[in-house]
Amino acid sequence: MNPKEYKYTPEHEWICPEPGGKGRIGITDYAQSQLGDIVYLDLPAPGTQVEQLGKIGEIESVKAVSDLFTPVSGKVLEINQTAIDEPQVVNQDPYGAGWLVRLELSKPSQLDALMNSDEYDELVAKLREES
Amino acid sequence: MSHHYLLPDISRPGRIGCSLPPLDVTPAELPPKELLRQELELPEVSEVELVRYFTFLSKLNYGVDTGFYPLGSCTMKYNPKWHEDVARLPGFTSIHPYQPIDSVQGALQLMFELQEYLAEITGMNATSLAPMAGAQGELASILMVKAYHRARGDKTRKKILVPDSAHGTNPATAAMCGLEISSVPSDDEGNLDLKELESMMNEEVAALTLTLPTTLGLFDPQIGEISQLVHERGGLLCGDGANLNSLMGKVKFGDLGFDCVQLNLHKTFSAPHGGGGPGSGPVCVKSNLADFLPSPMIAKKGKEYTFTSPANSIGSLGAAYGNFGVMVKAYAYIRSLGAEGLKEVSENAVINANYIKEKLKGYYHLPYDRICMHEVVFSGKRQKAKGVKTLDIAKRLLDYGFHPPTIYFPLVVEEAIMIEPTETESKETLDAFIDAMKEIARDAEENPEILRTAPHNTPVRRLDEARAARKPDLRWEMGSRQDY
Amino acid sequence: MPLPYLPNTDADRKTMLQEIGVSSVDELFQDVPEKFRNVQFKLPPPLSELELKEELRQLSNRNANLDDYVCFLGAGYYRHFTPSIVAHIISRSEFYTAYTPYQAEVSQGTLQTIYEYQSLVCQLTGMEVSNAGMYDGSTAAAEAALMACRITGRGKVSVLSTVNPRYYKVIDTYVRGRDIPLEKVEPRLVNLPSDCACLIVQQPNFFGYFEDIKSYTEKAHEVGALLVVTVDPISLGMFKPPGHYGADIVAAEGQALGNPISLGGPGLGIFTCRKEYLRQMPGRIVGKTVDIDGRTGYVLILSTREQHIRRERATSNICTNEALVALAATVYLAALGKRGLRHVAELCYHKAHYAAKAIGKLKGYSLVFQQPFFNEFVVRCPTAPSQINKALFREGIIGGLDISHMIDNCMLLCVTEVNTKQDIDKLVKILGAL
Repeated sequence: MNPKEYKYTPEHEWICPEPGGKGRIGITDYAQSQLGDIVYLDLPAPGTQVEQLGKIGEIESVKAVSDLFTPVSGKVLEINQTAIDEPQVVNQDPYGAGWLVRLELSKPSQLDALMNSDEYDELVAKLREES
Repeated sequence: MSHHYLLPDISRPGRIGCSLPPLDVTPAELPPKELLRQELELPEVSEVELVRYFTFLSKLNYGVDTGFYPLGSCTMKYNPKWHEDVARLPGFTSIHPYQPIDSVQGALQLMFELQEYLAEITGMNATSLAPMAGAQGELASILMVKAYHRARGDKTRKKILVPDSAHGTNPATAAMCGLEISSVPSDDEGNLDLKELESMMNEEVAALTLTLPTTLGLFDPQIGEISQLVHERGGLLCGDGANLNSLMGKVKFGDLGFDCVQLNLHKTFSAPHGGGGPGSGPVCVKSNLADFLPSPMIAKKGKEYTFTSPANSIGSLGAAYGNFGVMVKAYAYIRSLGAEGLKEVSENAVINANYIKEKLKGYYHLPYDRICMHEVVFSGKRQKAKGVKTLDIAKRLLDYGFHPPTIYFPLVVEEAIMIEPTETESKETLDAFIDAMKEIARDAEENPEILRTAPHNTPVRRLDEARAARKPDLRWEMGSRQDY
Repeated sequence: MPLPYLPNTDADRKTMLQEIGVSSVDELFQDVPEKFRNVQFKLPPPLSELELKEELRQLSNRNANLDDYVCFLGAGYYRHFTPSIVAHIISRSEFYTAYTPYQAEVSQGTLQTIYEYQSLVCQLTGMEVSNAGMYDGSTAAAEAALMACRITGRGKVSVLSTVNPRYYKVIDTYVRGRDIPLEKVEPRLVNLPSDCACLIVQQPNFFGYFEDIKSYTEKAHEVGALLVVTVDPISLGMFKPPGHYGADIVAAEGQALGNPISLGGPGLGIFTCRKEYLRQMPGRIVGKTVDIDGRTGYVLILSTREQHIRRERATSNICTNEALVALAATVYLAALGKRGLRHVAELCYHKAHYAAKAIGKLKGYSLVFQQPFFNEFVVRCPTAPSQINKALFREGIIGGLDISHMIDNCMLLCVTEVNTKQDIDKLVKILGAL
């Protein structure tokens, strides 16, 4: 269910590696379902340097606010203006049209330590069982 | 006319909603043009149209005068009309805070006596009436705690401990004071986990803030030990008096070990809620904190009342003296009840809540099956298993003509439903509410759809909050905005 | 006698206690340790409605109220004419006994009137967005200072020395909570540091005259600081609103809009700002939306800024505000409307200038400031203002604010539309005789 080629964090972010040492990040389907209807995105400006696991923005739903962390270090290249204008796309298509930030990775080896989709599926299954 | 009309829709050039006198002096020269405003774009509506418009809107509203409001922690009790009337006396409404002090001795006497009554009711030594709401009273408390430790030369205490069931204002207030919050877990009985408190209470902690009874509606019997532990390790014990309605005339906060407590005159002391305010949040303290109280306070010298500022006051919280108009109502309430009356209020509040608890505990999960105080917390988790959320239960109650209880608070209870009936409700009202809740529990099993699509009978049905937040529409506009 | 608002009788209670399964109400307090229970409380004996009304009537008569005296005192709280319609509307119990409108389906009355309030104060102040109101003008200014620090990421606040000194004190209390330094700056010496979050200005200022506000806007924006302006809303019936001269946040006292002075409380903290700062604005906000049947409705929005969701990262801890006072302001502005508010402002302006001119001509009295003013002005008196006020009081007049601790022998006088020509002439006559 979660895209096989993506990598994941325990904070429910995903990163899709792209050629040329770049990557697209977003939040997972589990994250969007927990947040509820997303109403606002606070994303970093292009050019911002970010550190792995650092907070880079916020995602706001009607009833909650969630910090957005980056899975890897790097520089912000682009943010998804469509998602900013129509935040519901993050609920509807969190892995595709609902991407949030495109980065240039400064330490691509960080990807290796992230969870693969099987490991992430397991995490979500366990969380769903507990609740 | 339906309610989606707004003032600009009923505005017509040339209309006005009031009558004003003409100028009776020779006009002066106007000031330089660049100071003046060109256009003033406000609606023009006749008095008739305005009265009809606002009357129509009022009928879309539910108030305590409409029906039952079992909102936990809000103490939505009936607002006695005689208190409303006395608050409207011109000798109370038409007085200026800076007029000669000997011309407002009646007002100062009222405030002085109210200070005394609130101190007596809470078992404390001094009161400031300055805070204009409970949250501001809480701010005052935390600022006083900070000042107290600084005055002792202690700069290491940067933390405030709160129970995991605490109200959201607690961490927000601590942040406004540059302090951090650490959360102390509750145990299985719903009381503070004393062992955890033991491990967390150290020289970094400025104070423990406790609502008592707790936001679970329970009186923590360990209060003596809690107070001793906190004080032994150099901390202060702050009280959130939101739940005072269970203890008036019976128990004194001061006796329990609290150093300060803030009150809500618009909850416990029957001043109306006004659709969200005004309120009044006086703070009462023991002598160790009296020097730090916000200014000004009222003092009595012989037969005269004056303003006084405590020696190390944390400062002013407003441009005047607090919400005097609300104080008058609380004063009237206390004068009409006396000590015996206050005791009756609390006893009836507690009886009413326990009655509801007993009658509903077979139908909704009761996380803490023990005697409660003036409010009881249920969980909607039994219904959640059938796909019905607490939100749906709340919305369906609207169809029965009841305002829902507090929902999703405290956070430590899943699908929380917090019911506080207050003492001003009759047994018949409670029984009608209980019957409604029972029917809803049955519908959760047999007809959940009717709950998920509720309310059905209200002026509007469930609103699209996501849309409201995504594309904020906060106002209408008239005319064009001039660029600066 | 039983209390009229405690409906349950002994019989009711007996039944309920039986259902609960206890024999007495004392058993319900068993979680309270024995030693803390059943304490004695010393309070006066209870009064019936008849007795209470008499007692409080007498207490209120010990106050000199402004219906019986002519008032020339302002300094932040103003005696204005309020049309009767205001009291009638806010006395409707569906408005005043309602709770905070969290359950929107049964609170459309409250919510729609807040939407109207937000719109009206934006129109009045020339700003883009408003919240539902804060405690009073001074705390609104304090919250504006904290908001400016959040927006700019800076930790210093500057206040012009001509701002109401009571506002300065309150701003000080709030910023000290976060260890933010507060600097008072003199008008001619405004040189804002680069780490200044905002400059707070009162227009017209505490002494009644208009500041050269454009220069302050420039100075603030030059260093990337916000301009926070506090105003008298009635003055905006005639004078340029802050939104038209570059203000970023407006914090004002709304008492003058249809509310009695009430010894200074409850007041109303009007709070408006630029649209781009919406998410940093404290307090409740109402937004328009539709329900599932497509009907227009109103709802509290952006609660994620507030204490009950964001907790320690909330924009403020504010919960209860001054909703009913804001409703009164809404009805007032709607009743006066475009022409009425302008007329009231003009009445204040012309009457105040008539008074100032006449007093300026009196021997021993002089007007201290030459700059344009609205309806408040400072007069230097031949003797101590406290003595003058005593004499005025004996003649049924409440004189201006004694500010001799700020400027020698000076008094701040205020004239509003409720002062008649006869009132003013009487004031001038008595002053001349002193």
